[in-house]
Amino acid sequence: MTHPTFAEAHRAIEEEETSCEALVSSFLETIDEKNDALNAFTAVDDEGALNHARYLDSQRERGNARPLSGLVLAVKDNICIRSFPVTCGSKMLEEFSSLYDATAIQRLREAGAVFIGKTNCDEFAMGSSNETSHFGPVKNPVAPDHVPGGSSGGSAAAVRAGMCHAALGSDTGGSVRQPAAFCGTVGLKPTYGRVSRYGLVAFASSLDCIGPMANSVEDAALLLETIAGADPNDATSADVDVPAYREALDGGVDGLRVGLPKEYFTEGLDPDIERMVRAQVETLSDAGATVKEVSLPHTEYGIATYYVLATAEASSNLARYDGIRYGFRADLQETKDDIRERRAELKKELSAARSNGNDERAADLRTELDEQQSVLDALYTRTRTQGFGDEVKRRIMLGTYALSAGYYDDYYEKAQRVRTLIRNDFDRAFEEVDVLVTPTTPTPAFCLGEKTDDPLEMYLNDVYTVTANLAGVPGLTVPIGTHPGDPPLPVGMQLLGRHFDESLLFRVGQVVEDQVADDERRAEPDRR
Amino acid sequence: MSVTREEVRRIADLARLHFSDDEEEQMTDELDDIVSYVDKLNELDTSGVPPMSHVLDVTDVDRPDEVEARIDREQALENAPDADGSYFRVPRVIE
Repeated sequence: MTHPTFAEAHRAIEEEETSCEALVSSFLETIDEKNDALNAFTAVDDEGALNHARYLDSQRERGNARPLSGLVLAVKDNICIRSFPVTCGSKMLEEFSSLYDATAIQRLREAGAVFIGKTNCDEFAMGSSNETSHFGPVKNPVAPDHVPGGSSGGSAAAVRAGMCHAALGSDTGGSVRQPAAFCGTVGLKPTYGRVSRYGLVAFASSLDCIGPMANSVEDAALLLETIAGADPNDATSADVDVPAYREALDGGVDGLRVGLPKEYFTEGLDPDIERMVRAQVETLSDAGATVKEVSLPHTEYGIATYYVLATAEASSNLARYDGIRYGFRADLQETKDDIRERRAELKKELSAARSNGNDERAADLRTELDEQQSVLDALYTRTRTQGFGDEVKRRIMLGTYALSAGYYDDYYEKAQRVRTLIRNDFDRAFEEVDVLVTPTTPTPAFCLGEKTDDPLEMYLNDVYTVTANLAGVPGLTVPIGTHPGDPPLPVGMQLLGRHFDESLLFRVGQVVEDQVADDERRAEPDRR
Repeated sequence: MSVTREEVRRIADLARLHFSDDEEEQMTDELDDIVSYVDKLNELDTSGVPPMSHVLDVTDVDRPDEVEARIDREQALENAPDADGSYFRVPRVIE
């Protein structure tokens, strides 16, 4: 498996060894060859991508080369690209196509990137295995009976399988970092507000972030540099200067204070992953970093807090899918017939109950008759019942429960208070250290179907990633080698930093990437 | 606290979702599992801790309210499940 990077492509284009068109053609061939098995893409724009590449080549010939000419990107199917479908992995939006570019897309387009297609994901980004997609699961390119992780599983698989240089994903509770770790790619969840959410289909608005996935730290840094920055179309985007992230890459770690949060190295963590992470930390220490143990005492409350807040926001955000203005709409005639049948049934039962003198039953039936939904309400209900999959329904239910009268204080507001405690944990830790190092996931990729019967078990897989979203801090996952189990699966290490300190994460990430490459060269000298 | 089938029915109604009897039973069990897990938040004393709804300290962000040409009527109706050329078409609300 090759791991193409834009940095290499850029060099090759500059030296006229290749062209944008040749790069796109070669990725299209790889997609053609592998996508049937992996199911990473929901849409591939062969012709559009080739035309765009030819245009960029002709512009280059005229001396109008763009900074990212030759960058071939895959984009998660919950991010809008004008005139592309944006399905969100849902039947609800199967026929929907976007009228505009997301701000991140617009900035990449202006810089000369080519969008080769849209990638499969968990339905409305809700899932940790890419198994909730209406379009079927994505397979892990490293081991096809294993999940690629989720929800940005298609993007991770596409990058790992060499179907593009890099990809965009979205991360609400780990949806960039966990699949990146499971597939062996680099993945960044930026600081909340670092990248505009305009054009990202909303899941949980106070947590959602668009983030890059790539085969190198450098490419991830380049992508962030392009997409970051304030945007008048997203009032929650931050008006904070965007540094030249790539210039930070060579800074090294000498004198850096690295923290190991002890709550991340406890029961439930795979011992081989723990060993591999600690070995990397050892090497950081050899390179001049000081390492100390720190505490994030509320870590164990992260999942509970996350699943209350994220589902509450989701239940509200997904209220818009009613089948009226866009998206799937259930059959109107069937809806009407259903109401009519049910009404006739109720009336029959009511008269039977009355003639039997069963007053209680009669009163219940009368109430149900009176409360029967209007045709419009019934159409909403039927549309949503048929348009959403099980996991989305479960989360809408949980979120509606947490927001409903009588439970709001106990669940929603309680979780908001615990969120403050979790953020305070990070603030305190970052007084003592500059960067936190943790495993990205407690285990390597699991098997397809292994956790689908137990939603709670699936949620617990996000234990190391959700807190960064709750606190809003950036998190970068970098591949640190192969798990010794069978089959050998990728392992990721997570770096967490202060708000808007992505530069430091890239700097440390670059050191880790170099270390891992050295280790691999030493382990297999013959392959050089 | 445990989740009951009546509650699931009430919540489903609020969320405009419908479940068959079997689905309703399964949803009750699953929500009960998750809600029982979430109850662990009650181990924490949060009195005096302010609730957090947003990461960044930004409030009342505004921009000039200027009319821009973005999408026209035709485009707005492109994704509609039912439209008559000028409007979204919906079922009659008053029978």
